[in-house]
Amino acid sequence: MKKNTINSNAVITIRDLKKSYGDNYVLNGFNLDLYEGENLVIMGKSGSGKSVMIKCLIGLEEHDSGTVIIMGKNIDDLDHDELDELRTEIGFLFQGSALYDSMSVRENLEFPLRRHTKKFGEINDASPLVMEALESVGLARAVDLMPSELSGGMKRRIALARTLILKPQIILYDEPTTGLDPITSKEIVLLMKSVQEKYKTSSIIITHDVDCARAISNRMILLVDGINYAEGTYEELVEMEDPKIKAFFK
Amino acid sequence: MGTQKTINSLQVFLTEVGDISYFAGRFFTDVFKRPFEFKEFLRQCYNMGNRSLLLVGVTGFIIGLVFTLQSRPTLQEFGAVAWMPSMVGISIIREIGPIITALICAGRIGSGIGAELGSMRVTEQIDAMEVSGTNPFKYLVITRILATTFMLPILVIIGDAIALYGSYLVENIKGDVSFQLYFSEVFSSLEFGDVIPSTIKSFFFGFAIGLVGCYKGYNCDKGTEGVGLAANSAVVYTSLLLFVIDFVAVLVADLFYEL
Repeated sequence: MKKNTINSNAVITIRDLKKSYGDNYVLNGFNLDLYEGENLVIMGKSGSGKSVMIKCLIGLEEHDSGTVIIMGKNIDDLDHDELDELRTEIGFLFQGSALYDSMSVRENLEFPLRRHTKKFGEINDASPLVMEALESVGLARAVDLMPSELSGGMKRRIALARTLILKPQIILYDEPTTGLDPITSKEIVLLMKSVQEKYKTSSIIITHDVDCARAISNRMILLVDGINYAEGTYEELVEMEDPKIKAFFK
Repeated sequence: MGTQKTINSLQVFLTEVGDISYFAGRFFTDVFKRPFEFKEFLRQCYNMGNRSLLLVGVTGFIIGLVFTLQSRPTLQEFGAVAWMPSMVGISIIREIGPIITALICAGRIGSGIGAELGSMRVTEQIDAMEVSGTNPFKYLVITRILATTFMLPILVIIGDAIALYGSYLVENIKGDVSFQLYFSEVFSSLEFGDVIPSTIKSFFFGFAIGLVGCYKGYNCDKGTEGVGLAANSAVVYTSLLLFVIDFVAVLVADLFYEL
């Protein structure tokens, strides 16, 4: 990946992204291309800047320098309304699910729908869309439950349904299997695969779960010291002799 | 060493004051911008008003009772029991009602806002809201500050009325004073200079409770400790701010009404 070369085939392009907190550089010239229909896994140790990168990508954190282009639009050139509109094309699955505690599952799913009237128009009855999204994650029965009544795995599925309801073209997963037991983790990974097949989305998956990475990735980037340390398919990376890379796959 | 510590504390305090002022400035800029979250504003008004009503009512009632019971012997000693309705009325309307109600609401509502927004920040719900195309500042902060600003004067009026009723009960039992006589004495002793400044300052009290609660919660540090700290410091800062506002309000009211 050439620094400063913008790839026109990519749905997301990041070039020379830098982000620091005081003197501590978390991202120090990170580059990325995400292609249509691709599952790109980004692995790195805790504190390596994976979550910061994904938040810079969607504009939740301001980056110090570099370029972020999403579907041909440089996010630095967008005003708040334009960024909001672009965000309807991007789903974000938060590490802790981030369901709104004070709202039921139905209200959680309706919330983004009612906000994006430009994309969907004024919706009088959101129930069919809510049920469709819940059915796609296999939790239609949970529609009237409160988040406090859900298990960790159910919360993650509902959060995924909430991202799907906007019919995004890109989904960003921040540690989708962290904190879940191995069986539930596998279920979530299978669900992510089925979502990708059904909705034809492109995905960036931030994880340090090797099993998840192996199961879902088309391509992987290892993020070390704020830069792309290595890049390739799972099989290619496993074969590499570099001790830093080997440490990930032990 | 001691001087350096004082300078550092002062620096932290001034930075905090600057940040809260910036936060308030953002409120005044965004409050007039579309979209207006009217439904959420009404929901917050209902939550804050309805949930604080019992506490404000009970406290007001007890204050009315206690204030009258404790003042009565002294007034009796000077043969001035007839002044009781005027004295209680003016004290409660001018000062005790607004400040006590505001302090209760600082504890009840301010800490609630601090903890709620703090936990939303920590669990990334605020980020999720932003990603879903909602301006969290407008949806969460502006609606809450407006709700506290408009609900506190209403709670103060209700609290005042209940406190006066409590006072009347004591007077009725101890002095056989009728309801009509008691309240006509109260109202005849009240002037615009008593009612208007106290109502206006109630709006400022409400604004301060909402502003500090939201500021502390919205800018909460990560972790559960941060949530507790946000709730706690929201109450402490608001309580201090309420007394400062009260002092300024009395000075300003004195200029206009010569209290």
